[in-house]
Amino acid sequence: MWKRDENVRPPAGREAAQPAPSTGTPSAPVAHGPELEGKRHMDSKDVVNIGKSVVIKGELNGSEDLTVEGHVDGKIELKEHVLTIGPHGRIKAEVFAKSVIVLGEVSGNILASEKVDIRDNGSVDGNIISPRVAIAEGAHFRGSVDMQRKSEPTKASDAPKAEVKPAGQSAPVGTAPKV
Amino acid sequence: MSGVGKVTGFLSRLAPRRAAEEEPEPPAVRAEPEVVVPTKALKKFVASLRLQPLPTLLDLGPVVGSNVAYFGEQLGCKIFIEDIFADIERFQREHRLAGLPAFLETRFPQGPESVDGVLCWDLFDFLDKPSARVVADHLMRALKPNGALFGFFTTTHPTEARFTKFIVADDGNLRHRPYSTPRMRQAVLQNRDIIKLFERLRVSDSFLLHTKVREILFRKPDYLSNP
Repeated sequence: MWKRDENVRPPAGREAAQPAPSTGTPSAPVAHGPELEGKRHMDSKDVVNIGKSVVIKGELNGSEDLTVEGHVDGKIELKEHVLTIGPHGRIKAEVFAKSVIVLGEVSGNILASEKVDIRDNGSVDGNIISPRVAIAEGAHFRGSVDMQRKSEPTKASDAPKAEVKPAGQSAPVGTAPKV
Repeated sequence: MSGVGKVTGFLSRLAPRRAAEEEPEPPAVRAEPEVVVPTKALKKFVASLRLQPLPTLLDLGPVVGSNVAYFGEQLGCKIFIEDIFADIERFQREHRLAGLPAFLETRFPQGPESVDGVLCWDLFDFLDKPSARVVADHLMRALKPNGALFGFFTTTHPTEARFTKFIVADDGNLRHRPYSTPRMRQAVLQNRDIIKLFERLRVSDSFLLHTKVREILFRKPDYLSNP
């Protein structure tokens, strides 16, 4: 009673490419073979992946987003695009990109025009220059962060005046107020 | 095999209490609660940074994303993060604590009079005397004239081995997030020891908190700048 007729089951491999069931109207032609391969290629053409086993020594330039899972030693320049260092990625390079997402290890300075995001277990040893920096709990970072504040710094006259007392006038530590 | 697993899973769902009783206890890792503690000196420290057009800050604690955002985005600081707590922990684990002062001699890349503010947190509670001397000397040298140094010093002998991440909630409150470490706090520093340690700085403000922790804000007066 519940057994499905094997004849109406779609052939293996096409199932993923089937469009959502329509309401009564005949289904659209299903992409398969070279057509499907082309579609997949179109979907993934803007993100390039450097695999785990790949080691690059030298300069890496590009005009598309890049994910690095392998090792890069040298310089990476993706000025208008996103660089993702995957969990297996090991970078020993100066990095210039629009955004940098770190899940692996980076040893070198990072200059990003938009954002640097060091995720949990990500590690950066180097200086970061970027207007936005996010560092997750559990990430490792050693170096400096310069967020290049765009707005004018607070005027000294606006801030409360700090007073530096000479040695004799310093607050007696032992009689400090209890908060 | 998978059928057996399904049956076991089903039975354990029917009797979860029993299953829990049979399982061995996990290793004793105490979950430390995060607490919000008021701070008086941080506000003054922040005010001193605001006086500078492009302040430079040295943070000696573990990196905290929200602190970076606070000091970097809101105050426009350039922040140097040098996690000395991680170094202490590493030396402790490797049983090389005798070599810590020598390591700290060359640890800091900051030049003389290069930073406007230093966040010490409670670092000096965990340093032995020779290491504390080395770090204090470097900090006094690295501070710019009128620069400020913010630190905590315990007044009691805690028995627990734990470091704390200090997270700025706002300039009047800090969230204390403890995490375990093999390192115990060292001997309590008396007021005179603290003042002697930072002999080239002046105590600007000092507050004894209800948590038995003393908050001290030091400043480097102009007339005590580096020779």
